[in-house]
Amino acid sequence: MTSGPETILEVNALKTVFHTRGGEIHAVNSVDFSLKRGELLGVVGESGSGKSVTMMSLIGLLPSPPAEIREGRVIFGGRNILGLSERELRTLRGRDIGFVFQDPMTSLNPVFTVGYQLMEPLREHMGLSRRQAAARAADLLDLVGIPDARQRLSDYPHQFSGGMRQRVMIAIALACDPKILIADEPTTALDVTIQAQILELIRKIRNQLGMAIIWITHDLGVIAGIADRVVVMYGGQIVEQATVAKLFAEPRHPYTQALLQTIPSLRGARNHRLNSIPGQPPILAFAPSACPFMPRCTHAFDRCANENPARWDLDESHDVACFLASNNGASSHV
Amino acid sequence: MLNYTIRRLLFTIPVLLFISFIVFLLLDLAPNDPTGNLPLTIPPDVRERIRQSLGLGEPIHVRYFLWCVQFFVNEPLNILEQWTGLQFGSGDRLRVQSWATRSPVVDLIVERMPQTLWVVGMSYVVGIIIAIPIGVISAYRQYSWFDQAGTFVSMVGFSVPTFFTGVLMIVVFSVHLDWFPSIYDTTHRVTDWQSFWFQVRQMIMPVSVLALFNAAQISRFMRASMLDNLSQDYVRTARAKGVREPVVLLVHVLRNSLIPVVTVIALGIPQVFGGAIITEQVFKVNGLGQLLIIGIQGADIPLVQTLTFIFAVLIVFFNLIADLLYGILDPRIRYE
Repeated sequence: MTSGPETILEVNALKTVFHTRGGEIHAVNSVDFSLKRGELLGVVGESGSGKSVTMMSLIGLLPSPPAEIREGRVIFGGRNILGLSERELRTLRGRDIGFVFQDPMTSLNPVFTVGYQLMEPLREHMGLSRRQAAARAADLLDLVGIPDARQRLSDYPHQFSGGMRQRVMIAIALACDPKILIADEPTTALDVTIQAQILELIRKIRNQLGMAIIWITHDLGVIAGIADRVVVMYGGQIVEQATVAKLFAEPRHPYTQALLQTIPSLRGARNHRLNSIPGQPPILAFAPSACPFMPRCTHAFDRCANENPARWDLDESHDVACFLASNNGASSHV
Repeated sequence: MLNYTIRRLLFTIPVLLFISFIVFLLLDLAPNDPTGNLPLTIPPDVRERIRQSLGLGEPIHVRYFLWCVQFFVNEPLNILEQWTGLQFGSGDRLRVQSWATRSPVVDLIVERMPQTLWVVGMSYVVGIIIAIPIGVISAYRQYSWFDQAGTFVSMVGFSVPTFFTGVLMIVVFSVHLDWFPSIYDTTHRVTDWQSFWFQVRQMIMPVSVLALFNAAQISRFMRASMLDNLSQDYVRTARAKGVREPVVLLVHVLRNSLIPVVTVIALGIPQVFGGAIITEQVFKVNGLGQLLIIGIQGADIPLVQTLTFIFAVLIVFFNLIADLLYGILDPRIRYE
C-alpha cells in the first residue's frame, strides 16, 4: 500500500461489527485501502459485501448501537478520524467529505424546499449569510445541470424527477467543495438513460473541481467507464485491487473472474442463459477464519478452508487475496 | 385551497342535515317517556295531556321540521339580534326548549360551556404538552429505561379508566392528604390571587386525570410517528451533511412526524367540547358532559337532540380542519 503525499485518505484494518439479537455480524473485516488526490476509486461487490458499511464507518454515519467500529485507523488530513468526537466528525461531514446516496426519491426531506436543504451545509460549515448561501445554492444547482436554478430553489423535492433529485443530492454533497465525494450506488435507482446522464455529470464535475471520488456500485459496466482504480469486496473484505484496465484484462481472484463472467455480452450467440455465480454470499456471523468465497469457489482446496488469505501484491498496482495467486502466478490462469 | 375549502363547507350542509335527521329518528325510536320522572300520583290522562303539550302528539316529520326551524332559523336570528342590536320581525320566536327545565337549550349550553372548556380543554392542552416531548424522547432513545417507563405509564394511563384514577386521586389527595377539594365548585369566581389559587387547586385533579389519559394516547402516536421517520433516508442525508443532531431531530424528523399527530390532535378537539362525561361526574364538574347525562336520564329529547347535533357539527368541522392542516403541513398534498 503506497502512502505518498498525494494520498488523502488511508484506511487500515477497518473492522465494523453489528450487534444483533442473533449475535454479532462481522460486516467489515480488516479492510485496507487508500485514495489518492483526484482519483476515482470504484468499489464493487454484490449486496451485503460491506461496501456501503465500510464507507459509512469512515465518517461515523452508522447508528451506534447496533454498529460498532471495532478496530482500524482512517487517516484523513493527517489524523485518525475514527478517534474524533461526534462534534469534530460533524465538521468533516458535508464539508470535507460529501455523500450521495442510492435512492434520490427518499434521500431528500419531503417537507423542506430544495433550497433550504442545499443551504443547510453552506450555512453550517461555511458560515454564509442567507443571501450568500442562496446565491451559492443557485450556482450549485446550475453546476449540476438543473435549469432555472434560482427559481427551483423554492421547489419541494416532489416537484423534481428522480434524475433531477439525484442532481440535487450531488449538489448538496458538493456544496462545501469537499476533498472526497463518496457516491453510494448513486445510479442504481435510476433508469439507464438517466444513469448515463449522471455519469456524464460526475465526469464533468470531476474535471472541473478535481476532488477524489469513491464510487460504490455493483455494476461493473459503470466502473469500467468511470473509475481509475477498483477494489472488489466480498464478505466484508477486499479480495482484489487493481487499476481498472488491469482488473478487466487480468482478473486474478476467482470471485472477480466469476463476476466478469456474469456480464452479458452484446456480441456472439444469444442462445445461452445468463451466467450467475452459484451459491449465496456468506452470512457473516463469525470472524472469518477461512476464505469467505471458498464455498462458491470452483478452485477451492484444503488451505482455503483453514486460513483466510491475506492480500498479496502482484505488482505495485495490483493485489489479490487468494492462495492461488500468491503461490504461483501461473496457476490462476484458469 | 380556498376553492376546496368552500366546496367542502358546502358539502357539509347535506351531511349535517342527514345527521340531524338520523339523530332525531334514533331518539324517537328509543323507549323513553319525558313524564317518567314525574310523581306517580299524576293520573294517566294528565300525563297524556302533558305529552300533548310537549308536542308529542304531532307526527315525527312535523316535529323534526319544527326542531329544524327552531334550531337553524330562530336560534341564529336570536344570536344575530344580540350581537347587532337589530330587530328582525317581532322577535317573538319559538326557541328550542328543554322539557325538564323549560329554559332554552342554547342558554343551558352557554352556561355549561366554560366549565367544560376550562377543565377538559386544559387537560387536552396539558396532555399535548406532556405527550410530544415524551414521544420524541421515547423514539429517539428507543428501548431505553425512559422509553420503557413511558410505555408503561401510557399503557396504564390508557387502560385504567378515569373513574378509577379519579376516585383514587380523591382518596389520596383529598381524603388522606387534604391538598385539593374533591368537589369542583362551579360557582367560584376568580377575583384575586387567593381565589385564583383556589381555582388552580380545584382544577388540578380533574385536569391531571384527563391529561394522563390524553397524554397516553398522543405520546404513543408521537413515538410511532417519530420512529417511522427516524429510519428514513433523509435523516441519514441530514447527518451526512453535518447538520447538528438536535437540528436533525427537532427540525428534520419532528417536522415530518408532526403531520399525522397534528391531524389526530385536531380530530380530538370535538371530544373536548363533548366534555368528559365520566370525569365530570366523578369530580362534580357540571359541564356539558353532565348536562348530556341528565338530559338522557330525564328523556329531555330537545336537549339531547341539540347537544348531539352540536357535537356532530364540531366533528365534521374539525375533520375539515384536520384535512386542511394536512395540506398546509405536507407540501406534497395539494387540494384542487
